[in-house]
Amino acid sequence: MADFGGGDPEAFRKEVREWVDANFPAELKGRPNPMMREERAKPSEAQEAWRKAVGAKGWGTPTWPSQYGGGGLGTAEARIIQQEFGRAGAYNPIGGMGVMMFGPTLLEYGTEDQKLEHIPPICRGDVQWCQGFSEPGAGSDLAALQTRAEDKGDHFLINGQKIWTSGAQYADWCFCLVRTDTSKKHEGISFVLFTMHQPGVEVRPIKLIAGSSPFCETFFTDVRADKKNLVGPLNGGWTIAKRLLQHERGGLSGAGGGGMGGRSLVDLAREYVGVDAQGRIADPDLRTRVVQHEIEGRSFQQTALRAMLESKGNSGPSAATSIMKNAGTSWMQLRHELTLEIMGHQGLGWEGDAFKPEELGAVRGWLGGKAFTIYGGSQEVQSNIISKRILGLPDLTQHN
Amino acid sequence: MAVLNEEQSMLRDAAKSWTQEKSPVTAFRKMRDSGVEIGYDAQAWNEMAEMGWAGVIIPEEYGGSAFGYLSIGLILEEMGRNLTASPLIASGVGAASALVLGGSDAQKSEWLPKIADGSVVGALAVDEGAHHAPEKVALAATKSGTGYSLSGAKSFVIEGLAANLLVVSARTSGTPGDKDGITLFLVPADAKGVSRKRLALADSRGAANITFDKVEVGADAVLGAVDKGWDVLEKTLDRVRAALAAEMLGAANQAFETTLDYLKVRVQFGQVIGSFQALQHRAAKMFTDLELARSAVEAALQAIDADSPDVPELVSLSKAKMGDVFHLVSNEMVQMHGGIGMTDAHDAGFYLKRARAAEAAFGSQSYHRDRYARINGY
Repeated sequence: MADFGGGDPEAFRKEVREWVDANFPAELKGRPNPMMREERAKPSEAQEAWRKAVGAKGWGTPTWPSQYGGGGLGTAEARIIQQEFGRAGAYNPIGGMGVMMFGPTLLEYGTEDQKLEHIPPICRGDVQWCQGFSEPGAGSDLAALQTRAEDKGDHFLINGQKIWTSGAQYADWCFCLVRTDTSKKHEGISFVLFTMHQPGVEVRPIKLIAGSSPFCETFFTDVRADKKNLVGPLNGGWTIAKRLLQHERGGLSGAGGGGMGGRSLVDLAREYVGVDAQGRIADPDLRTRVVQHEIEGRSFQQTALRAMLESKGNSGPSAATSIMKNAGTSWMQLRHELTLEIMGHQGLGWEGDAFKPEELGAVRGWLGGKAFTIYGGSQEVQSNIISKRILGLPDLTQHN
Repeated sequence: MAVLNEEQSMLRDAAKSWTQEKSPVTAFRKMRDSGVEIGYDAQAWNEMAEMGWAGVIIPEEYGGSAFGYLSIGLILEEMGRNLTASPLIASGVGAASALVLGGSDAQKSEWLPKIADGSVVGALAVDEGAHHAPEKVALAATKSGTGYSLSGAKSFVIEGLAANLLVVSARTSGTPGDKDGITLFLVPADAKGVSRKRLALADSRGAANITFDKVEVGADAVLGAVDKGWDVLEKTLDRVRAALAAEMLGAANQAFETTLDYLKVRVQFGQVIGSFQALQHRAAKMFTDLELARSAVEAALQAIDADSPDVPELVSLSKAKMGDVFHLVSNEMVQMHGGIGMTDAHDAGFYLKRARAAEAAFGSQSYHRDRYARINGY
């Protein structure tokens, strides 16, 4: 393994621990990442200090190349950084779509100039990105998108509407799929970048069933994207989009890996349902379903570990991420459903002091979680991908 | 597929080519049609033993190779693909593990080399009812002279008809259901008072009901400690369950791949049926489940090799998950093949029958879900 440069993992762990102890502001301990929240607009001094400190080290993006501001480290070192942040109750202040999806894609497909311009601000957490993909008429059938980009010599002029744009209200830049050729479907799409801080960009948050507005409608009227910010070839954006979606799906499938946080279903069941004389969850039907869910979660974790070990030496996500997305998101949704069922009437509160924060969170989480099997390619689209790309099953040749 | 070392890759490749050449499903069909009572082809078993498969988990000093459980799992996976019938699990995993875990030096020296070279077939005689319940032991072992006298009955003893050596769980104190008071005995199958009745099972594999009528054995027949046999028994059963799950993984994958091949060639409504989304999405679900099950099965085998404390829960996890997935895939194999899948001439029925027998053996999904929860305190 190239990790640790042949050095000692424990020495590296000590270095990280000492650095975190010296740099992480105590008042932020246990706090969530403010990045995608209202408070991002007005971060505290401590939040800013922590972001800048981690950004300067490149430890928010530890495995990215150091020449673009990443940590230049191996996966084992990255794991140690994650563990030491966790130990100190510290969040990784560098994140969002730039880290999860756009950065890895640009590192693969961008020109040297594009990487030098756009990657370092992501590593520092200076710039937040949003994803201009879905449109009202292009959801699961993403390649049906119609937002037009007109060639104006040194730039493109963009007109159209995007929807479900996560965090657009907080974003500085947009990576966007636009139509540059109307005579073709997939081969008429280009991948462009532009700043959200320009005239003609209008963002309207969408209130969802969970009561919050994580997504927006985004309107573009004569918005400008410089030619130097075309990623990949003209009309060659679909390939890049597919690759980016693999990164997105990889990031969305974090089930079983503690991505949910909170107490285990077993703990909750002990409290809300009780146990019998033998210490078993008192409702045998519920107990069976909790066990099944636990077993499913463990086998998902085991698969993530196996995929990681098997891919050592290779880099980047594989087609297997499609399996992980369906398995992981179904698991997370079922966890929310079971949580609500376990809490009974206490798991139905919308607001007010009759309910504990954990109970209110369960309701909002359940509703918000309905998005898991819709976004990033719906459950059904993932199943299409598995059956066609992995299993080699053919397309319908005619409609009867 | 787990990351394999060189020995393991060689074993897997050898198992793959041998099963494909010498023991494809047509060989299983021939065995079934011939009505061989022991439920496997003795000549094929000799060849497996010559390749060292029966000694994979047996220490080198007793004639084995000590390659471990992941290694024997790789062989069993290939055998599962081809529905190869053999006493490898009962003898090379079950009896061998019991001896390795609990046997005296004398017992190991007497039996392990013969198990490793295939000249002795061992089997576990543990269950007494319609469901796997290894603590519900009523078969009584009472003091008789310097030894013991065994009386009672064991049911569904896998490879019980072929076995020369039986590892028998007996009650020396307490009542059925108690884990204390169980003692393991090594009983030659030809001992006076042992009678065996062949069970003709749907999956055509070997099994027997065995009665013990005042079977006299010496004190040296006790495997491990008197009244304290549970610990060795449970560890042995976990090794058998994990090995069986590996066989099931191979069989389920082959059932799926055979079905997938059919989806790509069967034409209806002017196109191959694999182009229909209703079937594609079910195939995608099976593929996803098979990947999860593989992870669970390999993790359990690796935990046994590492002598990890979480072996019991990982084994129950793998047997439960693998059972569910094999159940699903074997049902879908018949359904997606349509009428041809219902015919005896097609292999689908073999996989369906094997699935149910393997699910029930050494603990069903329900048994292992309950056990997983108990181990985790709920």
